[in-house]
Amino acid sequence: MATTVHEPPKIEQKPPTGVTDRPPEPARTGIWVGLAAIAMSFAAFTSAIIVRQGSGNDWQHIVVPRILFFNTAILILSSLTLEVARKKVASFIRGQGATRAQAMGWLTATLGMGLVFVAGQYAAWLQLRSEGLYLATNPNCSFFYLLTAVHAIHVLGGLGGLARVIRRLAPAVPILRKSTMDATSYYWHFMGILWVYLLCVVWLKL
Amino acid sequence: MSQEAAIAHHGPPTSFLRKHVFSVDHKVIGKQYFALAIVAVFIGMILSWLMRFHLVWPNAALPGLQWLSKVGAPAGVMTPEYYLSLLTMHGTLMVFFVLTNAPFAAFGNYFLPIQIGAEDMAFPRFNMMSFWTTFAAFVVLMAAFFVPDGPPISGWTAYAPLSAVGSDAGPGQGLGQTLWGLSIAIFCIASLLGSLNFISTTLDLRAKGMTLMRMPVSTWAWFITSCIALLAFAVLLPACLLLVLDRIAGTSFFIPAGLVISDRLQPHSGGSPLLWQHLFWFFGHPEVYIAILPAMGIVSHILINSMRRPLLSHKVVIGSMMAIGFLSYMVWGHHMFVSGMNPFSALVFSFPTLVITIPATVLTLIWLGSLYGSRLQITTASLFSLGFISMFVSGGVSGFFLAQPSIDIYLHATYFVVGHFHLVMGVAAIFGIFAATYFWFPKMSGRMMNETLGKIHFWFTFVGAYCIFMPFHYLGLAGNVRRTSSFVYDYAQPLIPVHKFITIAALCTGAVQFIFLINLLYSRFKGAPAPDNPWNATSLEWTVPSPPPWNNFGGKHPVVYHDPYQYGVEGASGDFIMQNSPEKVPVRS
Amino acid sequence: MGKILAVTLVIVAIVSAVPIVMHTWPPPEDISTHGYAIDKQMDETMLEAGFSFLAAQLLLALFIWQYAGRQKQDKLKTFPGGAKGLVIAALVLVGSEILALGVIGQKAWANVYFAPPDKDAMTIQAQAGQFAFYFRYPGADGKFGGMHPDKIDEGNQNFFGLDPENDVDSRDDIVAAELAIPANRQINLMLHSKDVGHSFYVRELRIQQDFVPGLDLAVHFTATKPGRYEIVCTQLCGLGHYNMKAYLSVLFQEEFEKWLKERAGQ
Repeated sequence: MATTVHEPPKIEQKPPTGVTDRPPEPARTGIWVGLAAIAMSFAAFTSAIIVRQGSGNDWQHIVVPRILFFNTAILILSSLTLEVARKKVASFIRGQGATRAQAMGWLTATLGMGLVFVAGQYAAWLQLRSEGLYLATNPNCSFFYLLTAVHAIHVLGGLGGLARVIRRLAPAVPILRKSTMDATSYYWHFMGILWVYLLCVVWLKL
Repeated sequence: MSQEAAIAHHGPPTSFLRKHVFSVDHKVIGKQYFALAIVAVFIGMILSWLMRFHLVWPNAALPGLQWLSKVGAPAGVMTPEYYLSLLTMHGTLMVFFVLTNAPFAAFGNYFLPIQIGAEDMAFPRFNMMSFWTTFAAFVVLMAAFFVPDGPPISGWTAYAPLSAVGSDAGPGQGLGQTLWGLSIAIFCIASLLGSLNFISTTLDLRAKGMTLMRMPVSTWAWFITSCIALLAFAVLLPACLLLVLDRIAGTSFFIPAGLVISDRLQPHSGGSPLLWQHLFWFFGHPEVYIAILPAMGIVSHILINSMRRPLLSHKVVIGSMMAIGFLSYMVWGHHMFVSGMNPFSALVFSFPTLVITIPATVLTLIWLGSLYGSRLQITTASLFSLGFISMFVSGGVSGFFLAQPSIDIYLHATYFVVGHFHLVMGVAAIFGIFAATYFWFPKMSGRMMNETLGKIHFWFTFVGAYCIFMPFHYLGLAGNVRRTSSFVYDYAQPLIPVHKFITIAALCTGAVQFIFLINLLYSRFKGAPAPDNPWNATSLEWTVPSPPPWNNFGGKHPVVYHDPYQYGVEGASGDFIMQNSPEKVPVRS
Repeated sequence: MGKILAVTLVIVAIVSAVPIVMHTWPPPEDISTHGYAIDKQMDETMLEAGFSFLAAQLLLALFIWQYAGRQKQDKLKTFPGGAKGLVIAALVLVGSEILALGVIGQKAWANVYFAPPDKDAMTIQAQAGQFAFYFRYPGADGKFGGMHPDKIDEGNQNFFGLDPENDVDSRDDIVAAELAIPANRQINLMLHSKDVGHSFYVRELRIQQDFVPGLDLAVHFTATKPGRYEIVCTQLCGLGHYNMKAYLSVLFQEEFEKWLKERAGQ
């Protein structure tokens, strides 16, 4: 049996690399990780829809309430206002012209539209109920209520994030980090994309 | 600068509540997870005692059992359905609250940030929420013991429609099963938050010089595990939501039409029972690796220290763990070979299942090859690590059988399966937990554990575990079906002596675990004070005091100069060089 | 202590293997036409898994015996071939095992599931419910009557929910609590669940197949050896699961015909 002499592990004596001195901003990483998990959950819901559609002959297509299209428009619009807000916030913090009032204004507008969206979703529920379509009426209804509810809960989470951004921007010296602002807006845009996807799922007879 | 987003820029805790209960300190949270896992594992173990006892002495009364449940165990003799309740609770507790919590959440929380040189997790408040959410899940699950019909009886896999139709399907399938569904859903949320934290921390908070390849293999294991957990629990959560809705809102996701249960035509239609199985096992198989991967990392970390040499290849070990993690998502169907899947898909699932043995074999061979020519030091921690390898191999080879659909026709739902997963996922992972406890206890508590008690604990546990779980394979090969509370089948009669042997082994081995508990409690208060680096180890957790201060490195920022395992370095001042030591490694001529 | 561990490992490995080598608790004799392939596959797997098991445990024991307790003055040695050699070894060893077992051995699976049932196979329906099996033979007309879940009435012995008043096909259906089949004739067994998931397992037949509610599955098999065998439910189905069983009677052709005639007369 050959006995090789153990070589000491090679050590590079170059200065440590890889991680820089900048303060870490995990919010930006964390939000992508979180979005991956949310996307995975909705992928699971989607596969459940596909399997469920094939498993029974009780799938009845429902006509989606009109108000959903209005809600969709509002949510897309809110993504645009949030992008403007993000620019204004950055400009204000760097002292490049935008005022706090402008930044706050766009943020509040986004927040308001988010609230209108959630209220609109609720209105859609009321409309379905008035047509006698409840959670357990048929599988399509079940998925409609479930997906819109789960999405709305996530939107409410996004609204909480926006509220936090506004609170952090409010003091004389803002304590808002760029990564927090960015993370919040990524999340918000994702909610918009997710909603459009869900709308296609319930509307386009997937 | 904000308080939450910034890492560990929270100040030292001041009040008692902030320090010990609602702490955001990852070390306190890690210990809380550990304590919860200890509580869960002893409850789970006692449940298994009760089941084993009932199996071989079905008519003997266990005094006091009626206190646990009047209906389930009148006069101390449990009913067949109460056996199933205990079985369900045993599985759920062990898989979720022990095998997920202890090696991953508990030790990962405590040591991942320190090993990469961070002051805390990326999101300390999320971290606190993860633990308390897990705790809530535990409380909700335990509540099932105290509802009138008792805990659910559908096993930890909760196959629909048995789990979905409600109390018509049997005692425990009412409120008990609903609590089960809610508990698991809550647990999913907690695990998702935890995984998010682990991933962000590893990616963002590494100290200067801590490149990804300089992370200890345990950190790698926790990191890979959190990636698996993130996607697995993200699927189980919707599945549990659908299940709970079927139960309480009258939907029909998993319940097909025309079921007559307890003489009642169920008011459901169109659902798919196989949908539950697919969603559940899509989580369920990766869950096996959520349990075992951290143990692999921990055991590697400890063995390297005991062998006083690095593993033959750091990269190959990490690559193998990644391969296992990746493949774990393509094999869930092997739990459903006899469930009426398309026979072609059975073959499709069988192949990656067999392929997964390649990275597992590579890992085993690397461990064995590294042992060759090493300077192996025997401590309780290294004994449990070596035991882990033995158990992992024993539990792993039976996977060869179950991975093949043709053989699974015969072995599915027999005790062979029980032996397989208990060895590979239960005992092996628990050996990892034990090794971790003996190894890291000095760091966590500032006191050494008693090695003599530890070794006694090891010997009885090692031999005992084999006595319990090896015979399960023989029973399975003889065709003995699992999940029955007594042996009414003709063929099972000659097998009862084997069951008696297993039960006695289980009672003894279980009793030995109290030595561990005593050692834990005794050492916590009376153990010898631990030095900073009792094992002459290299990674960053041994550069800080035992126990570490609230901010780990005392406000300093560690700088890392070396690969994680500079052991057996000849010509250095010791036989090892710590990761943050600027000492140069003497280059041999 | 290292040496004790090494010895323990050797003992554990050998003792574990003894009952398997000695066939102390053997599987029951196979009575099906397809089972030999499964048994053969099982034996081959046992050989390979057993070899892996023993080799790994004994190597572990050997290395612990040799290298435990070595001190700093003892030279560290690198395993010949290093990590690369081991990875290649794993790829070759396990890879060939997988090819042998996985690809070639799938024949056993194909035997059971890929071949369609013979044209002259005898169709029988099995229904599983909490906690009993019932079996239905189509009777002289060769047709099963339709099932109506709302008509299921255990008290009236209408286990399948038949409607003989309106449904001609169902009138001559024969229902039994045991599965009698003729030897050496292929049976196409249709599995229907009344309530929750169950499973049809006959160890001697080397057949196990779940009953999935809402999804009627079928398995086909040929039994060769007359006798009486247990049918066991292997899918956890509720409080009576432990006691859910029925018998499979494999009969000679004429006995079977007699048996069927007796039932039809009732």
